[in-house]
Amino acid sequence: MNHDATLAKLNGSFGADAFKTSEFRDNFRINVGVDKLHFMLKYLKEECGFDMLVDITAVDYLHYPNATDRYGVVYCLTNMKTGERVVVKTFVNDPEPVAPSCFSLWKGADWMEREVFDMYGIEFEGHPDLRRILMPEEFISFPLRKDYPLRGRNERHNFPLITRAES
Amino acid sequence: MPLEMLESVDEERVDKDYLYTLNFGPQHPATHTTLRLILTLDGENVVKVVPDIGYLHSGFEKLGEDLDFNQYVTIVDRMNYISPIANEIAWHHTIEKLLGIDLTPRAKYLRVIFAEIARISDHLLNVGAAALDLGAFTAFLYGFYQREKCYDIYETAAGQRFHPSYTRVGGFAADVTDDWIRKVREFVRDFPKAHADIRRLLDRNRIFIDRTKGIGVLSREDAINLSCSGPIARASGVVRDLRKDEPYLAYSDFDFKVVCAKAGDCYARYLVRMDEMNESLKIIAKAIENLPSGPVNVDVEGKAVVPDKSAAYRSIEGLIQHFELFMTNRQWTPPVDELYAANETANGELGFYVVSDGTGKAYRARTRPPSFIHFAIFPYLIEGHQISDIVAVLGSLNIIAAELDR
Repeated sequence: MNHDATLAKLNGSFGADAFKTSEFRDNFRINVGVDKLHFMLKYLKEECGFDMLVDITAVDYLHYPNATDRYGVVYCLTNMKTGERVVVKTFVNDPEPVAPSCFSLWKGADWMEREVFDMYGIEFEGHPDLRRILMPEEFISFPLRKDYPLRGRNERHNFPLITRAES
Repeated sequence: MPLEMLESVDEERVDKDYLYTLNFGPQHPATHTTLRLILTLDGENVVKVVPDIGYLHSGFEKLGEDLDFNQYVTIVDRMNYISPIANEIAWHHTIEKLLGIDLTPRAKYLRVIFAEIARISDHLLNVGAAALDLGAFTAFLYGFYQREKCYDIYETAAGQRFHPSYTRVGGFAADVTDDWIRKVREFVRDFPKAHADIRRLLDRNRIFIDRTKGIGVLSREDAINLSCSGPIARASGVVRDLRKDEPYLAYSDFDFKVVCAKAGDCYARYLVRMDEMNESLKIIAKAIENLPSGPVNVDVEGKAVVPDKSAAYRSIEGLIQHFELFMTNRQWTPPVDELYAANETANGELGFYVVSDGTGKAYRARTRPPSFIHFAIFPYLIEGHQISDIVAVLGSLNIIAAELDR
């Protein structure tokens, strides 16, 4: 798949130093700062035809070789007309990892952003209902962070027991 | 989610005291799996629905960071346990792309056959269970009998019926036998009759049509905006099938149609699934007759594939290679990079985003689970419908909670 047309459009609108691109196998990736992320996603959706949000995920780069930032937030987009794919990536850092929500662009982002929040504690500014989705509401840690142990911190044993009468 | 929290989610509810709340699930025969819906009802009509998931969350993605590329296949199996081998193929497809491995022609054909059998067995269960919920028990039994045949095929190849754990990096755990080929041929021969039986029971069944036609309509724009894929998107007129659009494995060798519908309702989703089974059977029939000979695994020289037992026990090279892959400090050395790769499984686009730090374990193994994304659209589909339509819509979405919650 040729990405020249997309790249030329982006270069024209953002300037070549606003983002970095790279390729690995068939993945075409755009690294963009978190301040320009929303404009980038909006531009890709409205001007470049990437109308489908395939996935949102995050990566914790705590122990990754030569990593400088803590969390990467990854958006996989597809152009439904041409089948072209692009992976948009941004970095956020502690103590307040915040990224803009893209719920206004794609309604499908709702649960994906909630899952990233649930697993990594990355907040999405502008999300209408940012709650935990897979873990229980009482849970306080973020289990997919690299400093969270595989076997947990014994939260399970401290969950309150609900009797039939109370439920 | 406690019910007090629901009040804060829905402020308008307080003024309308004729509305009442009904808890649907997490254990309910019609959900089939463990998921919960909190319904706000006006008589029989659903005013609002808040799905509450996570009952089956078991940290698969965290385990993916702890198990190596071959071990994790046992976990991937348990995501969509209705078509487990399709998940394995998708996982190892991603890993092979990361490692830059090109499979042998025989392995590609075998994976195509397994993926298509998995698609058929998934659609059979989905159609059968949807019909069962709507009162048609016989179609479910016809479907389940054929699913048993699919399990027999898995069992003959892998030794396990339900969770075969059959694929490995660079190929399979073992080559298939002549007995397996005979069983696939029998399946190809017998399946069309069962398929026709199910169609005769449901296609023009008045009750089935009344309960599915015009129910849970998803427009094409919404399907794209809500990230739908697979049969659900295709039933809404989205012409996209990764087998055609991004041909992987040996799919470019086969002639098959991408089945689409325009209506976007539960009945259209049923029809798309039924027709897709025919296309899958065509692929299997052609692949089994043209199965290439030769080795099933890539060459051991590439240091990616586990050598077979005779090589491991009888030659020094085989022993070293076996040792290299099973010692936790050696294993594979993939490039330090990350990529997304996806397969078209029965439920939709099953993708993996794998980050590698150069060791034999994934640094991050994200699954793009189609069930999770399709369950998110459920509130959009059901609002305004009646409570009895919930089972029809749930059945047409094919939600597998193990994949939903991972």
